[in-house]
Amino acid sequence: MARHRNVRGYNYDEDFEDDDLYGQSVEDDYCISPSTAAQFIYSRRDRPVEEYDYEELKDSPNSLLNHQLSEIDQARLHSCLDHMREVLGDALSDEVMIEAVLKNKFDVQKALSVVLEQDNVQSLKGKSERAAPAGKTVKGSQSSRSESEIVPKVAKMTVSGKKPTMGFEVPGVTAEENGDSFHTPHKGPSGEDANIASSSVFESVSKVPLAAPTIPAAEEQNLTPTPGKKSSKLRPQMDIRAELEKRQGGKQLLNLVVIGHVDAGKSTLMGHMLYLLGHVNKRTMHKYEQESKKAGKASFAYAWVLDETGEERERGVTMDVGMTKFETKTKVITLMDAPGHKDFIPNMITGAAQADVAVLVVDASRGEFEAGFETGGQTREHGLLVRSLGVTQLAVAINKMDQVNWQQERFQEITGKLGQFLKQAGFKESDVAFIPTSGLSGENLVTRSQSSDLTKWYKGLCLLEQIDSFKPPQRCIDKPFRLCVSDVFKDQGSGFCVTGKIEAGYVQTGDRLLAMPPNETCTAKGITLHDEPVDWAAAGDHVSLTLVGMDIIKINVGCIFCGPKEPIKACTRFRARILIFNIEIPITKGFPVLLHYQTVSEPAVIKRLISVLHKSTGEVTKKKPKLLTKGQNALVELQTQRPVALELYKDFRELGRFMLRYGGSTVAAGVVTEIKE
Amino acid sequence: MRLVRKDIEKDSAGQVTLVPEEPEDMWHTYNLVQVGDSLRASTIRKVQTESSTGSVGSNRVRTTLTLCVQAVDFDSQACQLRVKGTNIQENEYVKMGAYHTIELEPNRQFTLAKKQWDSVVLERIEQACDPAWSADVAAVVMQEGLAHVCLVTPSMTLTRAKVEVNIPRKRRGNCSQHDRALERFYEQVLQAILRHINFDVVKCVLVASPGFVREQFCDYMFQQAVKTDNKLLLENRSKFLQVHASSGHKYSLKEALCDPAVASRLSDTKAAGEVKALDDFYKMLQHEPGRAVYGLKQVEAANEAMAIDTLLVSDELFRHQDVATRGRYVRLVDSVKDSAGTVRIFSSLHVSGEQLGQLTGVAALLRFPVPELSDQEDDSSSEED
Repeated sequence: MARHRNVRGYNYDEDFEDDDLYGQSVEDDYCISPSTAAQFIYSRRDRPVEEYDYEELKDSPNSLLNHQLSEIDQARLHSCLDHMREVLGDALSDEVMIEAVLKNKFDVQKALSVVLEQDNVQSLKGKSERAAPAGKTVKGSQSSRSESEIVPKVAKMTVSGKKPTMGFEVPGVTAEENGDSFHTPHKGPSGEDANIASSSVFESVSKVPLAAPTIPAAEEQNLTPTPGKKSSKLRPQMDIRAELEKRQGGKQLLNLVVIGHVDAGKSTLMGHMLYLLGHVNKRTMHKYEQESKKAGKASFAYAWVLDETGEERERGVTMDVGMTKFETKTKVITLMDAPGHKDFIPNMITGAAQADVAVLVVDASRGEFEAGFETGGQTREHGLLVRSLGVTQLAVAINKMDQVNWQQERFQEITGKLGQFLKQAGFKESDVAFIPTSGLSGENLVTRSQSSDLTKWYKGLCLLEQIDSFKPPQRCIDKPFRLCVSDVFKDQGSGFCVTGKIEAGYVQTGDRLLAMPPNETCTAKGITLHDEPVDWAAAGDHVSLTLVGMDIIKINVGCIFCGPKEPIKACTRFRARILIFNIEIPITKGFPVLLHYQTVSEPAVIKRLISVLHKSTGEVTKKKPKLLTKGQNALVELQTQRPVALELYKDFRELGRFMLRYGGSTVAAGVVTEIKE
Repeated sequence: MRLVRKDIEKDSAGQVTLVPEEPEDMWHTYNLVQVGDSLRASTIRKVQTESSTGSVGSNRVRTTLTLCVQAVDFDSQACQLRVKGTNIQENEYVKMGAYHTIELEPNRQFTLAKKQWDSVVLERIEQACDPAWSADVAAVVMQEGLAHVCLVTPSMTLTRAKVEVNIPRKRRGNCSQHDRALERFYEQVLQAILRHINFDVVKCVLVASPGFVREQFCDYMFQQAVKTDNKLLLENRSKFLQVHASSGHKYSLKEALCDPAVASRLSDTKAAGEVKALDDFYKMLQHEPGRAVYGLKQVEAANEAMAIDTLLVSDELFRHQDVATRGRYVRLVDSVKDSAGTVRIFSSLHVSGEQLGQLTGVAALLRFPVPELSDQEDDSSSEED
């Protein structure tokens, strides 16, 4: 059995490597082994009903355009068109008219009525002048039938690709209801006489938006090129920006990392928030409560939502970044719950490197805040790290306020101390918000607190509102595609999966991708965003890609995927400008460090100290220094053991930043200035 | 190593006969043999014989050859030393000037003749022949997905195995892949330990990691040992010592060796001593930057001022092919000793020695601050890579 499956699985891979998997039908899947097939079918069924419609809709332009017309019919078509133009003027596009004519078997009158009727439907939005002529021409009994034919035409033009949810401004229900009925009438008449060269019609389709920009429908027609491309091998540029705006119904995507000292209550806070938002069902929560009580850790129940490995639960410490998503009023948040323990800072860095904004959790209880804030505590280190990794907006959740009876003095004391430190670290005061919370009791998380202890002095936002009010960062969609791999795993089915955040550009299914440093190409067979399959994803998205045509062994965490035409450079030697943190032993030449870059952690050596720079002006104050001490700004040359794919800071801000660590503490933050061979 | 004979003349030319006994002795020998020396040792040579009828036969002959050394090659993994050179003493099989490569064998004596036996080399022989010096420590430096199994001998750190396993992250609702990969990783590390660590020789096994990996691993290891009834592991359970290290990369071994718990147990292995010396250097650099210098020119200047208290120097420098350059380092060492300073020669195979090597290979702690050399253009040492 196993042998058969292997052989079949393998062939399947090979055969479909270059095929456009997109056009695969459900029946095709039955050819593979039952288990794989089950997997596929499941995922298709899993998708909402629209998926089915989309299959229908996608076929429709082809079936229409594939009609071929004989010469005689073409002549008839042209005469009809002339006739209609006399009546209608240039208000309607050729293509709308051609369709109407074809549908009505070259009957000018019927076609006219159909076209006018259609206009009528659209004018519901506002324009009603055309209603009168339409009313005249429409002949009673026909109106009902023609309407069922017209609406689909609109629907067809609005197909914007796979995601039926976007771009429907026409009453969507009618379109879907009629999905079938518009399909059938063609089957009869379209036979032989409808043999028009598909390309000519198709061209006119794509020209339409330019020709008739005044028609309301034109806006939707803008999107028609996309589905056509999808099914063919040519895939011209899609208007990714417009698509991105349409996606998620206007909700923007934001990557959020939760940081703070160990045991500040990060996981509990976020776990409770997820529970209050309904992302964890009651039964699971109840189970966690029971089990954590049994383990003698009742207060960890909410943390178990995010800490899923046995080890993490047993020890009550988050060890690796937990990732999940939730939605606020205006945003879709990818939540990363970073570990707070000192030893897991490398994991925290990989999380923070992928974040746009951060929530810093501090423990308000006596002594605990101080412990986390003093040197050696992670509050400071995390704060500096996220700032150095490009996070500019921060919400500080002052947690466990219930333990200090919601004292305003305590809140102010912490706010004062932290505020000053964060300012020094480079956060703008306006971008930092302080919120009193309690993760365990769930106070002031999702809704503003009702407790009088708090409300008498705190009138601000609750945590969820604060997260909602973060400004989304600018995404560099126009730059070449870059994705940093944060995880590699084998999924069911063929190929394997990598997850990571798209730092720049966008990716579509079927794209060829180049992985650096292994320098290997492969094909993206599927893209999953928040556990839902999608056809494209753009900068800022946290996706998982299913890849075929490459060996899993070659890909490690930290590889970068890019477009084969604009590859990222891989090197072992580069120059960088670094800012030295508060370090105990000075940095000299030959100092061994661990380079943390995006998701990579790679041993490196500081090969040369080139110069010390002035902190603010960047002028060289000393060449070839003997050593670098804390707080200095310097230009150095680094050499890594194995090649690392890097980008210059000036080209890609997100991809030009890195951290240097030594012996369990962070010694410097830097930006890449020059890549050597 | 056993010293059999030592004939050194007043002009410090002469010859020494030694018997290497352990793999580590090969490393010492590597540091002794220089281009231009002559080496006599027993070796195997393929000899072609032509009979009177003209038929050609070839057979292997064991013979003793004396070579003028042209190249020395050391394989640190297998601990083998190959010396290439031309024959300078003709015998019945090998003509004068014929090339040959001797692979030195353990427990077979060899004789090394030099025109100049300097203090550094002589000290090295003394060190190598001191039996008290052998204290073997094994160390496993690990983090999730990466482990190095190393052997730390007095003068070498040998990476015996590097285990690298891709461990999928935990994902919502699916941790099984993570757990399975972790188990596979532990299994591989365990196998590496069983294969590469000889518990008869090793006094102590350090298990160093960040976080809880070491605990988890030790739990796993002894569970497996009980399950498979592995007596070897169970008997040596007390030899395992868990210490903290910040990562699983090799240089983190330094942290493990610094750990007070380890230091007391190993007391004076050379490795731990070197780590400490380098630490002292960095501490000095932090507190009194004027009293710590590195770079040959700087150190030489400090030496002229008789300021050097402790000299740290990598043995890599004494393997320099250029006799003049080597002489410069030897003179430095000698003069520091003359002025009652201490000299620590770091093994370039240790992690700390590697770091010193990156730091120009020579550094010094001073008795008093010496004004820094104004011309920082000592490019010769900094640009050589």
